[in-house]
Amino acid sequence: MKKIFANATEALDGLLRDDMLIAAGGFGLCGIPELLLQAIQDSGVKDLTFASNNAGVDNFGIGILLETRQVRKMMSSYVGENDEFMRQYLSGELEIEFNPQGTLAERMRAGGCGIPGFYTRTGVGTQVAEGKEHKDFDGETYILERGIFADLSIVKAWKADETGNAIFRKTARNFNPPAAMCGKVCVMEVEEIVPTGSLDPDHIHLPGIYVHRLIQGEHEKRIEQRTVQKKETA
Amino acid sequence: MPWDRNQMAERAAQELEDGMYVNLGIGIPTLVANYVGAKDITLQSENGMLGMGPFPFEGEEDPDLINAGKQTITELKRTAYFDSAQSFGMIRGGKIAVAILGAMEVSEVGDLANWMIPGKLVKGMGGAMDLVAGVGRVIVVMDHTNKHGASKLLKECTLPLTGKGVVDLIITNLGVLEVGHKGLHILEAAPDVSRDEIRAATEAAIV
Repeated sequence: MKKIFANATEALDGLLRDDMLIAAGGFGLCGIPELLLQAIQDSGVKDLTFASNNAGVDNFGIGILLETRQVRKMMSSYVGENDEFMRQYLSGELEIEFNPQGTLAERMRAGGCGIPGFYTRTGVGTQVAEGKEHKDFDGETYILERGIFADLSIVKAWKADETGNAIFRKTARNFNPPAAMCGKVCVMEVEEIVPTGSLDPDHIHLPGIYVHRLIQGEHEKRIEQRTVQKKETA
Repeated sequence: MPWDRNQMAERAAQELEDGMYVNLGIGIPTLVANYVGAKDITLQSENGMLGMGPFPFEGEEDPDLINAGKQTITELKRTAYFDSAQSFGMIRGGKIAVAILGAMEVSEVGDLANWMIPGKLVKGMGGAMDLVAGVGRVIVVMDHTNKHGASKLLKECTLPLTGKGVVDLIITNLGVLEVGHKGLHILEAAPDVSRDEIRAATEAAIV
């Protein structure tokens, strides 16, 4: 059971094909699997569908796959920050399925837990509810949302041991655990692979059972909206 | 005189009670954090954090620590992190007491529109639909009228909805209105704004 691969390209070997559904972790540019996205661009695989909260920015994140026209459809909650995305979206080259953010996260979690659908109040009475089954429970109306079962998950964690037990850092956790859970195969990139036994078992955020392949690499970790306050000058 | 942005935020902060877990939207709602005073309020950021702190000092930004607007922020002693599914689990599960957010339109029965304008660029609803469907109380903070002077408090929303019958309280530059069973109730007017002025600026039924 060797999970560690030398680099992103080797970790994805044999897993990529045209028309596949990929679940990706990250929120904005925070905690995105930047090395695996680059390797997917290098592979040239196309007509991809991404379940990912956002679509990156021009030249970073999923944005790099839009530049090369490798993405056919996005399942996302918010996509505002990407000119090339908007161009392809407005011209009809790119399909988008808007999901409320919590519905998207729960669809991933549910898929990973073997749950094909769940009822939620989110979106009742809005465009999101159109065409979906409605059902009343205890006098309240809910809509049916489907679990996502992805062909592949690509996620980013802070540290993992050699068996894939993973720890995330601060808000870079975001969609990574649910995205990792919902794929048939999950490839994870981390900043550091540590020896098995060196992580406290009580502090694992994502157990290695969800992680099939693992790489370590250097991350740029770009900041999307750098916002600071001035230090009080004494 | 009508309230300005900061005064609207200050008024919204009065709605918060000690011990509450609160989610603040982007824009004027973000300013509410400046006016909570001594009240013990924990801010939730729906990308996976409870106990959101202020913006970092220059040079102390952490790319792994951002808010739902993707801005760099800081943590507090009470901070807890979690994944997006759990974050919206606590939102959908009614654990967040209050959400304060902006709006384009609100109807007299509390329908809310704040995510898309047909024919214009649609960026997505983000977490807004989950928040308004899930939290205990939804407070909208917005200008009473749009830039053409037309009421944003309507009999029915004209824009696609974010949620149906979800708004509890509306704080505008003119006053505070509660969503009741048969229409809006004026609870309070801004200084030197009369209730008749509020009625005149409002299309929605005021009862």
